[in-house]
Amino acid sequence: MVERWRRRRLAALATAALLAPLAGCGGDDGGVPVINVYYAPEQNFQKVVDDCNQQAQGRYRIAYQVLPRGADDQRVQMVRRLAAEDDGMDVLGLDVTWTPEFASAEWIREWTGEHKEEASRGTLEQPLRSASFEGRLYAAPKNTNTQLLWYRTDLVPEPPKTWDEMIKMSLDLKAQGKPYEIDTMGAQYEGLVVLYNNMVASNGGRILDDEGTEAVFDQKAVDALATLQRFASAGVTNPSFTNTQEDGARLQFQSGSGAFQLNYPFVWPALQEGAPDLKDKVKWARYPGMSDGSPSKVTIGGYNLAVSAYSKHPDEAFEAALCLRSPEHQLFSAINDGVPPTIESLYADPAMDEAYPFKADILAQVKEGANRPLTPAYQNLSTVLAATLSPPAAIEPERDAEALRASIQDALESKGVLP
Amino acid sequence: MTATEAAAKPATRSAARRARARLSEGKKAERRLGWLLCAPAAIVMLAVTAYPIAYSVWLSFQRFDLKFPDEREFVGLANYATVLTNGYWWTAFGVTMLITVVTVAVELVLGMGLAWVMFRTVVGRGLVRTAALIPYGIVTVVAAFSWKYAWTPDTGYLASVVGDGAPLTERASSLAIIMLAEIWKTTPFMALLLMAGLALVPEDLLKAASMDGATGWQRFTRVILPVMKPAILVALLFRTLDAFRVFDNIYVLTAGANNTSSVSMLTYNNLMRGLNLGIGSTMSVLIFLAVAIIAFVFVKLFGTAAPGSSEEGKR
Repeated sequence: MVERWRRRRLAALATAALLAPLAGCGGDDGGVPVINVYYAPEQNFQKVVDDCNQQAQGRYRIAYQVLPRGADDQRVQMVRRLAAEDDGMDVLGLDVTWTPEFASAEWIREWTGEHKEEASRGTLEQPLRSASFEGRLYAAPKNTNTQLLWYRTDLVPEPPKTWDEMIKMSLDLKAQGKPYEIDTMGAQYEGLVVLYNNMVASNGGRILDDEGTEAVFDQKAVDALATLQRFASAGVTNPSFTNTQEDGARLQFQSGSGAFQLNYPFVWPALQEGAPDLKDKVKWARYPGMSDGSPSKVTIGGYNLAVSAYSKHPDEAFEAALCLRSPEHQLFSAINDGVPPTIESLYADPAMDEAYPFKADILAQVKEGANRPLTPAYQNLSTVLAATLSPPAAIEPERDAEALRASIQDALESKGVLP
Repeated sequence: MTATEAAAKPATRSAARRARARLSEGKKAERRLGWLLCAPAAIVMLAVTAYPIAYSVWLSFQRFDLKFPDEREFVGLANYATVLTNGYWWTAFGVTMLITVVTVAVELVLGMGLAWVMFRTVVGRGLVRTAALIPYGIVTVVAAFSWKYAWTPDTGYLASVVGDGAPLTERASSLAIIMLAEIWKTTPFMALLLMAGLALVPEDLLKAASMDGATGWQRFTRVILPVMKPAILVALLFRTLDAFRVFDNIYVLTAGANNTSSVSMLTYNNLMRGLNLGIGSTMSVLIFLAVAIIAFVFVKLFGTAAPGSSEEGKR
């Protein structure tokens, strides 16, 4: 097959050389297929792309099309073009929560056979689940992510294991007039839903049933509402809590007013550069759980690579996607861009030690982690949930749970109005 | 038309009759030509406005969610019932009305003051007019981002002025900031339209009024305002229509948190983020109707017309 390809290419080249003076500007029609990869901005991703182009040896050429920085903007751009059956997109970088939605809308191709096997080999279970829909694989997990607890060793000798413990420690520090804040994301957006999902999962609660079609909202999910309310109203948050997103939380902690921060690992390199006086006083630990003795189950994030249903070169697109998320390239991205790999064996690689001193905690959390509810209507569900949870201090657990059961069911069936 | 009539006057009667006959013939040809010249523009207008509007209306009668392509069906007015009985919609509608009324009222007052300054400045007139127009020249989203950072504690210079809290985390203060940003941004536009109206006020009329002993306030309310009425109404109409569709500032400043969504923001959330073409189109049709009603009220009840056109017709 490859041989034949080569010969054909040679023939094509020879013909091209003969015709070149006549054609002048023929374009690359019939030449090397260009695979357009739409992916979030990642500083060193172009190097991965270049490397894959070299490995492709002329079978295809990947063009990295950088999506906007905001997750919503990324999704909106892709969705708009897919709805118009745009064939200019081949490989799509999907946030883990979008995969079921794109699969249900028939915008992305199922992964089968060899490709499927290669995408799942050695891949961690939770990220792989996020890439599946109705028992079928629709994407290849490229990287995962999870939040850790970052704390000030000069204020907190032993990291807290549970939320209640952490709130109590914070209040004690406050009483002593020391920095006490627990800085994390509380704005009305996805980050607040993740915070709540962490509490629900750690508590063993459920928001949806296993099929993802019924809103359950069991008692443990209601208890998690109460914990979130307690945390938000205890006076341990930053004044901007209800308007804080990831970077805001990082800045609050870096400014020195926080004793704890719950955030993604990107805060670590930023701390080294942005707050030299703090960097030796900050350590990390597992995200706090809901009760003693049962460790937390934390939401996983990250990106999956899918192949557009409208791609004109699906075979090459699958190959390109597999190359971009190959073990070697995941390791490269982990070290250079700080995105945790989805392949378990990579965590044992000593090359990760320096960039990822906390790799053991990340691996443990991802292995025992939790996905957000997997449903095509996740965006609706998240919007409704964020609106009801905001502001968290005003939550009334029983009443809100009752309202959420109805509004989430509507959201799942795309019946209601989104706030 | 005025020019041709004026030219016809000095001619003799018979010549005038002949001229009129020739004119009406020419007029017919002119009218035909007018229609022909208009046709391409009219066709383009129909293609780019009438078609999308009709398509939105058609979509609004369907259950149509891009996530569930197999469940598309005709549901009649069910989407309208869903939206019009929904709390989020009416909250957003209230917020939109509040923003519209407050910002347009404040802009009218400030815009009048600014127009007066721009109109009456003797020294550095060009500089004053340019400076006054700067906010209008800045891209709304860019301006909204600077407002956002200015009001964020720790990074902003305005947040510390008002105390310890974070003003963008509460509903009342968020709305106030959104309105402030809107007013800051569009007062120059209002002032520009009003300045055109001020230029219509004849200087002699004002002199005559002061000869009759009218005070400054009386001259303003009895002479300037009545003469300016057409310009004021046009300015109000433009701004009201614009204000009702407020989006950028809210999108950047609060993204609709704490019940600060406007109807446009809500429509965006349902259409673009929720992919619900049925509900989203229903909302855009409702916004279209609201805007049409506003325009109707201004044109028919208050008699708004293009500046100067009514006088020209009378003369």
